[in-house]
Amino acid sequence: MDVSEKIVSDFVANDVSFITTVPCKQLGGVIEAVEAHPAIYHIPANKEDEGMGLCAGAFMGGKRPAIIMQNTAIGVTINTLVTLTQFYRMPLPMLISYRGELGEPVACQVEMAVHTKALLAQLNIPTYHFHQEEDVEEFDKILKYTFMCNKPVAILTDASFWKGY
Amino acid sequence: MIRSELLRELAPVIADHLVVCNIGLPSQEMHMIDDRETNFYMLGTMGLASSIGLGLALAQDKKVVVIDGDGSVLTNLGTLPTIANNVADNYVLLIVDNGSYGSTGDQPTYAGMKTSLTEVARACGCENVVECSGADTSAAVKSALAGDKMTIIVSKVESGNVKVPVITRDPVSIRDRFMDAVKA
Repeated sequence: MDVSEKIVSDFVANDVSFITTVPCKQLGGVIEAVEAHPAIYHIPANKEDEGMGLCAGAFMGGKRPAIIMQNTAIGVTINTLVTLTQFYRMPLPMLISYRGELGEPVACQVEMAVHTKALLAQLNIPTYHFHQEEDVEEFDKILKYTFMCNKPVAILTDASFWKGY
Repeated sequence: MIRSELLRELAPVIADHLVVCNIGLPSQEMHMIDDRETNFYMLGTMGLASSIGLGLALAQDKKVVVIDGDGSVLTNLGTLPTIANNVADNYVLLIVDNGSYGSTGDQPTYAGMKTSLTEVARACGCENVVECSGADTSAAVKSALAGDKMTIIVSKVESGNVKVPVITRDPVSIRDRFMDAVKA
């Protein structure tokens, strides 16, 4: 099982059945696997805050949601994370491509990378960082933790984890 | 007709359905006119009422009415293609279009100028888009709820507000009460 299949199989095993995505090159494989899985309703969003609104509604409708996005989205979604997801105490696993780390070819991505962990820490969002391939073994536990505590939880996945671009 | 008058007429039509109320005055007015456990009140996060409602409609079978505004739809214009391409026939989006940002002091929106949200929604691929006057809105919502087809209603009303208290109920309590109503 490759990393993308493992991630999607953990989503399904944890009853996550509503996933919104905003694409990133690094996340292409996992988004394809989400789209292909019959147990998941995949709803691409045009912007990540819109996606978080969709997830909030799906959660209140009885489904377990998740969002897949790039770390630049932290800049887009702070208001939504604070006034919707956290204020109403809703769970939201956020699988995030951590652009701007080692191996990054695009300089501009580094500008958001240097703020990513600081912003997540400022927001009191539990944050995990997948750097080695075996780090994915924690994904199942992170999902259980997210739906136990009803919080947004960040899983940063860097270029080393995805074995480059 | 202004929004609060429209909501007073509309309240009995939507009373038996799940209602997502937009941030600010739409939530405060619905809370004052007819507070129900089937109402979800947004206390913040401008623009996301239509998205929250769509997620809710896609996740379960009960009918969902979203009371949104022209300013909020303009804030989250990407919502309309997502709605068009993820059809939920239990979803009615009511855009109360008064051409102004009511909750912040009635500053004009582009929807009150050259931009037609009705035409934008159609161009995004939404199939059932109805534009009507405030006076015809309750009937349009009733008909949409009876029709079992995803519908966008753009209700053209006048700008203006009434004095209304803020909602002091805790957000977790709003959400928990609403989720119990969804499951009931």
